[in-house]
Amino acid sequence: MEVKFILNGKQTAAEVGADTILLDVLRSLGCHSVKCGCETTNCGLCTVWIDGRSRLSCSVLAAAMEGHEITTLEGVKEDAEEFGRFLANEGAEQCGFCSPGFIMNVLAMVKELHNPDIEGIKEYLSGNLCRCTGYMGQLRAIQKYLQSKEEVCS
Amino acid sequence: MRIVNQPVPKVDAKALVTGQGVYTDDLAPSDCLIVKVLRSPHAHALIKDINLTRALAVPGIECILTYEDCPDKRFTMAGQSYPEPSPYDRLILDQRVRFVGDAVAVIAGNSKEAVNKAMKLIKVKYEVLEPLLDFRKAKDNPVLVHPEDNWQSLCPVGADNKRNLCAHEEDSAGDIDSVLDSCEYVVDRVYHTKANQQAMMETFRTYTYLDAYGRLNIVSSTQVPFHVRRILANALDIPKSKVRVIKPRIGGGFGAKQTVVTEVYPALVTWKTGKPAKIIYTREESFIASSPRHEMEVHVRVGADKDGIIKGIDVYTLSNTGAFGEHGPTTVGLSGHKSIPLYGKAEAFRFVYDVVYTNVMSAGAYRGYGATQGIFAVESAVNELAGKMGMDPVVLREKNIVREGQVMPAYYGETANSCALDRCLQRAKEMIDWDSKYPCRDMGNDKVRSVGVAMAMQGSGISALDTASVGIKVNDDGFYSLMIGATDMGTGCDTILAQMAAECLDCEMEDIIVHGVDTDSSPYDCGSYASSTTYVTGMAVVRTCEALRDKICAKGAAYLNCPVGDIEFDGNQVVNLKTGESISRAEIGNRVMCSNEDALYASEAFSSPISPPPFMVGMAEVEIDKATGQLELIDYVAVVDCGTVVNPNLARVQTEGGIAQGIGMALYEDVVYSDKGKNYSNSFMQYKIPSRLDVGEIRVEFESSYEPTGPFGAKSIGEIVINTPPPAIVNAVQNATGVMIRELPVTSEKIYWGMRGQNL
Repeated sequence: MEVKFILNGKQTAAEVGADTILLDVLRSLGCHSVKCGCETTNCGLCTVWIDGRSRLSCSVLAAAMEGHEITTLEGVKEDAEEFGRFLANEGAEQCGFCSPGFIMNVLAMVKELHNPDIEGIKEYLSGNLCRCTGYMGQLRAIQKYLQSKEEVCS
Repeated sequence: MRIVNQPVPKVDAKALVTGQGVYTDDLAPSDCLIVKVLRSPHAHALIKDINLTRALAVPGIECILTYEDCPDKRFTMAGQSYPEPSPYDRLILDQRVRFVGDAVAVIAGNSKEAVNKAMKLIKVKYEVLEPLLDFRKAKDNPVLVHPEDNWQSLCPVGADNKRNLCAHEEDSAGDIDSVLDSCEYVVDRVYHTKANQQAMMETFRTYTYLDAYGRLNIVSSTQVPFHVRRILANALDIPKSKVRVIKPRIGGGFGAKQTVVTEVYPALVTWKTGKPAKIIYTREESFIASSPRHEMEVHVRVGADKDGIIKGIDVYTLSNTGAFGEHGPTTVGLSGHKSIPLYGKAEAFRFVYDVVYTNVMSAGAYRGYGATQGIFAVESAVNELAGKMGMDPVVLREKNIVREGQVMPAYYGETANSCALDRCLQRAKEMIDWDSKYPCRDMGNDKVRSVGVAMAMQGSGISALDTASVGIKVNDDGFYSLMIGATDMGTGCDTILAQMAAECLDCEMEDIIVHGVDTDSSPYDCGSYASSTTYVTGMAVVRTCEALRDKICAKGAAYLNCPVGDIEFDGNQVVNLKTGESISRAEIGNRVMCSNEDALYASEAFSSPISPPPFMVGMAEVEIDKATGQLELIDYVAVVDCGTVVNPNLARVQTEGGIAQGIGMALYEDVVYSDKGKNYSNSFMQYKIPSRLDVGEIRVEFESSYEPTGPFGAKSIGEIVINTPPPAIVNAVQNATGVMIRELPVTSEKIYWGMRGQNL
C-alpha cells in the first residue's frame, strides 16, 4: 500500500507492506542515520521523532504513518552538529553507531525538560544503550551543552 | 608536545554525529542479494539429508548452498597471524553440526521475505548425537567434538582433537609446591567466569561483490582486514590474490570482529553466483553464533609468609573454547601470564592450562582476552588471602606489587621498564577515600557500604609477532596522506596515529588525511587487536615520519641547490641554514609532480621483541541491602598507567567504557544454556548489558610512566581497562558482608544466600 507522510519537512510517499516497520522504510528512503541494534526495542538506536516526539522506529508500523510528520537526524542537521561538537570534544561519539538515536533523544529531552538534573538526564536517556563509552563522556557532553544553551538564553 | 597528549577530537567525528552512511550496510548496493543462514536446532548432529526442492521454488531465491557446495578443506576463522595457533577445524558448512545455531545452509535471494520463506521450507534430516555440554568433563570424553581426520593444528600448542583438547601447556619457575608448603597462609580456591558477549552496537555484517578484474571484494565490519583476505582464500580454496578487503567505519568490535564471523557466507554466494551479496546478522544471531569470551574455571593457590609477603602463585586454568578453537590456544595464556606477574616478590610460580572443545558456540576474542578471567581469579584469591590474614587488601598489595625495573618471570622474563602501579594504587586509594571506608560502614537502614580493590595489567601488542607498517606520502600543496592497515573501530586510532604523525612532521592535524584500510593499497598491518595499535602501529608511524623527513630534506636541498647537511625542515619550510633561502612544503609537493624521479613517499614497519604492560588499579564502592542482597554500585575509581597518554579524551573514554563493560561482566552478563545446549541469552531482553542507570559514577585518572620503547613513551590502553571491575566489586561484597562470590556474575541471590550461609 502507499503511505504518505512528511519526512524531514518534505512530502514523501512510500510503498509498504502491512508488516513493514518504519525503520526499514526510512533506511530505504536514504536516512542512513537510522540504525537497528536489536530487534527487541531495547537499544534506542532507531530513535526518530514522530510528530516531534521520540519513538523507536523498529516498533512502529510504516502503514500507520499516513499523514504524520517524521524527523530523523538528517532533518536536524544543524542541531546535531552543534550537540555533536560537544560529544566529539569529549571523545564520546566513539564508534558512532548509537550516536544518531542518542542525539535524537538528547534533542528531544532538551525540548521537553527544563534544566534536568543528572538523575533526570539518566532517566530520560536510559533506553539509549551505548557499549563504547560507559556513558560518562556522554553525560559530560550533555551537561556542557545544556550549560551553553543556558548561557545563550540568559 | 604540541599535538600528542592533547584532547584532539576524532577525525571522523562530524560524519558520525550527523549520521552519515559510512558503515557497511549503508554502503551496500540496494540490489545486492540478501544472505541468511539456516541454523542447527541440535547441539550435536549429523546431517543425513537436505531437501531444497520447495525452498528453491520460492520466487526470488537465487541459490541455497549446503556442505556439498563447500570445499572440504578446514580453516580457522580466528584473525591471527599465519601460521595461526588456532586449529584448522572449520568448513564453511559441515555435515556435522556442533552447537545449536551452527550453520546448516546458506540461502540467498532478492529480498529478506523470500529468503525467510525459503528457510522455513528447507527440510533437513538429522542424526542427533549426544552433545558434550559440560566443559569440566570434556577432556578425554568419549564424545568427540572434532573426530574428523582432516582436523589440523599448525602450531605446537598441545592440541589433540582425539582428546577434545584445543591446547595444553605448562610453565613454571622455582619449586611452587615447596614454596607454598613453607607459607604461613595459603588460599586454595576455584573461580569461574562465564562466557560474555561483546555486544557491540553494530552486529556482524559483510557485503561482497566481484570487481572488473573478477576479484572478490569484501566490505566488512572487521578488525582484521589482512587476516580476512587470507582466511577467505583458505575457506574458498582460491588464491589470496583473488581477494580484496575494505574496512569502512565500524560500529564497535571489542575483539568480536577479530574473528571472521560473517564474511564467508556472502563471499561464498558471490563467488558462486557472481552477484553482489550481503549478510546482516540480527542481534539474535550475534548472540547465538558469534565469538564470546571464553568461559574459564581458574584454580588458584597463593601463599604468603607471616608478614604478608606473597611467596608463590599456582594457577590452573580450564578454558571452554566451544565448538571451534578460535583464539582458544592463545586467550588462555593470558589468564596466568597477565595475572601472576602483578606480584613482584613471588619466588615461584606455576601455570598450567587445558583448553577443551564442547558443543556450545565457539568462543573468541573479547577485550582482555583471558587476562580478564585470570585477573578475576588471582585478584580474588589475593583478596581472600588478605581476609585470611586480617590484613587490608590495599596494604597487602603495597607490600607485594611489581615495581619499575623488576624482572617478571611469569611474563616471559620481561622487565617492567615503565611501571607506575605503586602510584596508581596510592592515587586510587585517595580518590575513593579508602582508609575511611574500609572495611565497611553500616548505614543504619539495613544497608551496608564497602569498598573493594583490584589491579590489572595487559600487554601492548604480541611480542616478536605483531607487525605494522605505515605509509605517508606528500601530495600537491604539501598535504600528507597517512596510510595505515590498523583498523579504527570507533576507538580513534585514525586520530591518534594522525596526531603522532602531525607531531613528528611538525604540521597541523588538518595537513594530514587518513586513509582507512583497503588490503589492495594499505600497507600491511596485522590489525587492531591485542592492544597493539598505539604501541606497534604508533612506532611504525614515528619511523615512517623520520624516513619521510629525510626525503623532504633531500628534495628541498636539491631544489635549493645546496648540500643536505645545510638543510633544516621546520614542518612548513625547508631552509638553507647558511643562506636563509627556503622552499615551502607546499611548493615541494607541487614541484615533485613534474620532472621528478624521487617519490616523496616513505613506508616503514615495526615489530617489538617485548610487549610492555600497562598497569592499573580499580576500586569500587557498593551498597548492599542486607534484607534482599540487592547491590548498588555507588562509585568506581580507576587510575591507569598507559605510559604517555596520546589523547586524554579518547583514553578516558576508553577507560570509562571498558570499566562499564567490566561492570556488566561483574553484575549482569551471563550466556546461559539449556540442558540441551540451547542458548537462552539470545537478546537484550535476556542478556542485559549495563544502561546508564547501572554504572554508578566512574571516575578516571592517569598516572603516567614513560615507556622507552613506545611512541612518545606510550603503551596500550584498549584492553586493560575491562579487567578490574569483577574482582574489585567481588571484594567490595566480601568486605561488606563477608560473602565471597567465586562465580560471576554477582547477583542479589548469591549475596542474599551467601549472607545466610549458603552458596548458590
